[in-house]
Amino acid sequence: MNGFLAILQRDLRLALRQGADSVMVVAFFIVTTTLFPFGVGPEANILARIASGVIWVSALLAAMLSLERVFQTDYEDGTLELLTLSPVSLELLVLGKVLAHWLTTGLPLIIAAPLMAVMLNMDQNGFVTLMIAMLLGTPALSLIGAIGAALILGARRGGVLVSLLVLPLYIPVLIFGAGAVEAALLGISATAQLQIMGAILLITLAATPFATAHAVRQAME
Amino acid sequence: MANFSGSDLTCLRGERLVFGGVSFAAQSGDAIMLRGRNGAGKSSLLRVMAGLLSPRSGQICWDDENIADDRIAHQARLQYLGHQDAVKPVLSVRDNLRLWGQLRGVKNLEQEIDTALDVLDIHHLSRVSGRYLSSGQKRRTALARILIGQSDLWLLDEPTVGLDRESCGEVSRMIADFRSSGGIVIYSTHIDLEVDNPVILDLDKFAIPMVEWLMEHSEFDDLGPDPAQEAAQ
Repeated sequence: MNGFLAILQRDLRLALRQGADSVMVVAFFIVTTTLFPFGVGPEANILARIASGVIWVSALLAAMLSLERVFQTDYEDGTLELLTLSPVSLELLVLGKVLAHWLTTGLPLIIAAPLMAVMLNMDQNGFVTLMIAMLLGTPALSLIGAIGAALILGARRGGVLVSLLVLPLYIPVLIFGAGAVEAALLGISATAQLQIMGAILLITLAATPFATAHAVRQAME
Repeated sequence: MANFSGSDLTCLRGERLVFGGVSFAAQSGDAIMLRGRNGAGKSSLLRVMAGLLSPRSGQICWDDENIADDRIAHQARLQYLGHQDAVKPVLSVRDNLRLWGQLRGVKNLEQEIDTALDVLDIHHLSRVSGRYLSSGQKRRTALARILIGQSDLWLLDEPTVGLDRESCGEVSRMIADFRSSGGIVIYSTHIDLEVDNPVILDLDKFAIPMVEWLMEHSEFDDLGPDPAQEAAQ
């Protein structure tokens, strides 16, 4: 457990010292969301109708943008090699790194999401559900994304490759995330969708650290 | 008395056979120096010993137990120094070292860091962030890392790269101290590092042609029964 906290602490410290990364993710999220009113026109009804989908897709892309740096710099400077060789299980270390990634990218996105919802004229009924859905969905995005980030280690043009690997796996989160908000807006209970999102989170939490650690070991060969 | 040995190790990188049939044995206090041309597999052998690479054949044992059976135990006893220094540019030297101590669960960590910094003569740099270090100073930071915490085995890949002549003497002293306390050191180097009678393992001797090795080990047997033979039966 000490190893988990040590790596979490170090990654958070690194992220704070190089604050640009987190800011960039949020900025990207805001800019992408802002593009939609320009594209589909300023009609308030239409914007309100597509708001939940737009926010989710933008959040997905923003989360993906930051994936590359989860392992890449550690891989390049030899840190990952030493982490693999440290007497702490690699799965635990991977989980620590993913949690640090979520705290520095997922959490800021959740905070920015309601602002974007206001801009897109989304009905107030949906706000709480949107936040809860993102609270359940974004950690799953980080967990799934870590597999892709580990798989592309050593590949050229990894950034493009990671999106091809990861985006299809994000689809379930997108469907139920947007569906939950949609339900709330219609005044129906969103419990079913949120429960499924909780289930997705639990499954990814249990399964992805092993897959990611395995991919990291593979990259060390 | 600990015992570290490997038998009949073969390393395959991509399509290339790097070395075949390497065996070695070391006991507490021993040092093994790896020699060989560029590409002879010195680094690969060190990575195999660390458990980063799996050998194509053969096994490595610590006290007669295969290291592949209990990776964490092996990782707890070894310190590995690779080509890269793993020094983060935005963290200070002390913060850089702290992570590795924490991962090893070292008690009295700050004290141990101080001692290690003193040994490598970089105590005055402890608050300097990694990006302002020269390559020699980064190498010293990496060397300080292997002094932190308990270990029984050092695997050093070119430990003196980027160091000046005086610091090479410090590395020699570190190795001598570690050996006198019962540690095993396995290292590769291009310069004459002063180490008391190391066992020399010349990897050039183990560079065997791929075809020969395949014939010897009849690798094709692994691919399942020969269809021609089955037909004959």
